Amino acid sequence: MAPPLTRRAVYEQKQRRRAVVIATVSTTIALVAVVVLVPLTPGWEKVKRSFFDTDIFVESFPGLLEAFMLDLKILIVSTPLILIVALLIALARGARRPAMFPLKAFAVIYTDVLRGIPVILLVFLIGFGVPALGLSRELSNPVIWGTVTLVLSYSAYVSEVMRAGIDSVHESQRAAARSLGMTGQQTMSSVVLPQAFRRIVPPLMNSFVSLQKDVALVSLIGPVEILRQAGIDKAKTANFTPYVAAAVIFLALTIPFTRLADWALARQRRRTGATTIA
Amino acid sequence: MTAEVPTTPDLKIELRGVYKAFDATTVLNGIDLEVAKGNVIALIGASGSGKSTLLRCVNLLEPVDDGVILFDGVDIAEPGLNPDPIRRRIGMVFQSFNLFPHMSVTDNVAIGPRKVLGVSKSQARREGLEMLTRLGLGERADAYPDQLSGGQQQRVAIARSLAMNPEVMLLDEITSALDPELVGEVLDVIRGLKNDGMTMLFATHEMAFAREISDKVCFLHKGRILEEGSPDQIFGDPQEERTQAFLKRVTDAGRL
Repeated sequence: MAPPLTRRAVYEQKQRRRAVVIATVSTTIALVAVVVLVPLTPGWEKVKRSFFDTDIFVESFPGLLEAFMLDLKILIVSTPLILIVALLIALARGARRPAMFPLKAFAVIYTDVLRGIPVILLVFLIGFGVPALGLSRELSNPVIWGTVTLVLSYSAYVSEVMRAGIDSVHESQRAAARSLGMTGQQTMSSVVLPQAFRRIVPPLMNSFVSLQKDVALVSLIGPVEILRQAGIDKAKTANFTPYVAAAVIFLALTIPFTRLADWALARQRRRTGATTIA
Repeated sequence: MTAEVPTTPDLKIELRGVYKAFDATTVLNGIDLEVAKGNVIALIGASGSGKSTLLRCVNLLEPVDDGVILFDGVDIAEPGLNPDPIRRRIGMVFQSFNLFPHMSVTDNVAIGPRKVLGVSKSQARREGLEMLTRLGLGERADAYPDQLSGGQQQRVAIARSLAMNPEVMLLDEITSALDPELVGEVLDVIRGLKNDGMTMLFATHEMAFAREISDKVCFLHKGRILEEGSPDQIFGDPQEERTQAFLKRVTDAGRL
């Protein structure tokens, strides 16, 4: 029988204690440096007043939170649309039949063009360009075109992630499915896609976190969402604190999702059996 | 060539002059082979002699470049033919199992009947469970492929093929990826299939098994069937120098 504490357990316990001590000391030093040194800078008093004004923070917070609801709405509508469009584009790119060639070519151009243009530029081009066509009032709503822009841009990125996921499923899986007499479509939907999706969950989560932030770009073409509301509050109070408040609201949403993405990645790594090397 | 080629009625599969090349490499160089209904045919030969490609061609997983493959007298090697209706009548088992890792064992067995034959999900699962029980895997029906031993996985793969009620089974070195002590359980399943009268064409390195179970043994060399005959003749009294050399090599390696 092994002793209550094996040689390795004793060693690892020592290592752990050492790590905790080092982490504590270095964190303390870093914190002290920030707390002590930053206020020593010549502009600190001014920065404190214009960025961290408690009264303004409290005052603008409810309005910002309300404006953030529009961001959430755009996010909730665009996410499923992005997934659907991205899947269609990914499937079109993988098409092998000659009759599908136009679709395939379209998919290639779609991803090339939309991934190549900065989101911010795309927001301007579509947000100002499409309503200029003189559409009806309802269709000229910038929220619609902002959402469309996000769907276009993100679906181009996500379709590439999906394509990589589809390609990562080994050819032998297709061979097994086809040998049962399954059609190419059945093989894709029952065998390839379910495996591909499991693999791309972590990168998809990453894109989702990134999308949460880019929703704010819609403000550039008019809608009063959180970033624009913060700008209005800033102008009213001549103070930057509303921006800090907006940042806090964003973090409250993005941090949990970032953690979720990390967790998904770690779980996947455990499942595929890769071990951590010391 | 047209589909109406005269053929002997009790032949299940007949290959005539089958030719297949990958780029500049000729893999099958004029294969002629007759598989009678209920017969078990062993393909032996060194790695790269064309055994696997031959099986993949019969299942239309690889398109044949030239020649004829008659399945019940119908030419299935015709370019442009829809392979799906043919494949559902031919079962195939692979060296590396190729089970679907995201499905339970039962769902692996049920997916073919469900998707291809249109059997209801509950019925397909029930029949799948029966098939698994028959192969001694009833207790592992809810497990996932990665939770099974290699021998169990390969038996699931056989069950998955059998669930389609195939007329012919193609077995591509199905014991090559297994630990020696797991080979027996898989071979037992194949013995059972032979007793049931299943027509089988299999590539193997298990010479003792090939000798025991097959009605005919074909020795492949560089994409041709160099010698064929009864197991006793091929293993006991091989005529070709290449066959003798190959069998000597495997005997020296302790595989016979």
